[in-house]
Amino acid sequence: MSTYSTSQFKNGLKILLDGDPYNIVENEIVKPGKGQAFNRVKIKNLKTGRTIEKTFKSGEKVDGADVMETAMQYLYTDGEFYHFMDPSSYEQFEAPFAAVEDCVKWLKEEDICTVVLWNNAPLTIEPPNFVELKITETDPGVRGDTSGGGSKPATLETGAVVQVPLFVPEGEVIKVDTRSGEYVSRVKK
Amino acid sequence: MSSYANTDVQIDVFSTQGISDAHDKAYLRTSPEFFHKRLLASGFGDLFEIAKVFRQGEQSGRHNPEFSMLEWYRLDFSLADLMNEVAELMLHLLALYDHPKAQVTRISYRLLYQQYLSIDPLQLGRDELNSLCQEKGYYGDRLTFDQALDFLFGVVISTQLPKDELIFVYHFPASQAALAQINPEDNQTCLRFELMWQGIELANGYQELTDMNEQMTRFICDNETRKKIGKKVLPFDQHLLDAMGAGLPACSGVALGLDRLLMNLLEVNTVSDVLPFPAHSA
Repeated sequence: MSTYSTSQFKNGLKILLDGDPYNIVENEIVKPGKGQAFNRVKIKNLKTGRTIEKTFKSGEKVDGADVMETAMQYLYTDGEFYHFMDPSSYEQFEAPFAAVEDCVKWLKEEDICTVVLWNNAPLTIEPPNFVELKITETDPGVRGDTSGGGSKPATLETGAVVQVPLFVPEGEVIKVDTRSGEYVSRVKK
Repeated sequence: MSSYANTDVQIDVFSTQGISDAHDKAYLRTSPEFFHKRLLASGFGDLFEIAKVFRQGEQSGRHNPEFSMLEWYRLDFSLADLMNEVAELMLHLLALYDHPKAQVTRISYRLLYQQYLSIDPLQLGRDELNSLCQEKGYYGDRLTFDQALDFLFGVVISTQLPKDELIFVYHFPASQAALAQINPEDNQTCLRFELMWQGIELANGYQELTDMNEQMTRFICDNETRKKIGKKVLPFDQHLLDAMGAGLPACSGVALGLDRLLMNLLEVNTVSDVLPFPAHSA
């Protein structure tokens, strides 16, 4: 297993702490003129998503977490697991609900997602930044009203609900930014 | 540069080829303190210097391995006198840079810990300090007494200090005396202060140790600790000891980090912002 000294700490480094994988999101050196130096880090638990603060003595060594990100295609869910495939090796992985919980409302079959693998098992899934989804339910808009004045809720094929402009009808495919959950545009088919 | 090194356990000195055949190595000064004390012992009187100093490995938003230090000494000044003078200089600079007038707060090291952590740092044992550190987010091997206090000061307390006050923390633990006198009224503490502004340590001052034998004991002690933790044992400054033997007058001295001061006065976030060639581009 790889180990890292605090001098190698930087944002994005994956470390193992008490058996859980963490991602360093902030690293600050605290060094009094006449005292012990410390690295104060903000780390995100990649299993729970919780961010905590920890401080290490500078010079300490910490185990690295065998975590890597791979682009994979979402295949389907069997109700219990969510199945992904590495398009280069055709290797398939099953992710438990906990791994997709935050993004399941954006998951559309065949879309390419980022799968975070820890010890070769999916830990978390990040959806594409933009997805194209069909509106399955929304109030009929006011035809001709393209002023962009108001908005209305629309339910998408994956179950996600987003605010769309009044003129966008049911059955339309729209582009959504998954990071903000906001409507971007209509998609011409 | 000097043929002798600063033995301070927490400071790593740069070394280079010896100045003469008599010495294998020469050392870049980590502060002008030893030279200043030799001048003081020779009868120079009050003095100041803006010095470039060097400390290995100190690189962060608030550190650069090469930095500028304003250091000055005042004969017959007590620690309190020197704190007053530093406060006066700071208030002058704040006004010059159009900062709102800051409140000057003086608080003992002990009271600071009582106020922010509800503990008496000098009464607690190492175990109790370690459990408190863990509770406050420390992760790793058991800390020594001083490491635990450094963690609580640097990581926990300094981030909570009011940012708009000039805070003088005085009477540090005797174990962190460095080159300060032990407090004659309380041998658990020493006559040392630090100035904190905006959560950042700006200056460190002492009512100076003048006793040569005590100074030599501290040098030897530093080297023993260095050996124990796997750091290089360093040649301590014989010239300084000679000067102290001849008689260092009663004085107080302070070192003020100019790059950090400027960083705060100009309201920028890192020392790199005030340095034309910070370490990463030097």
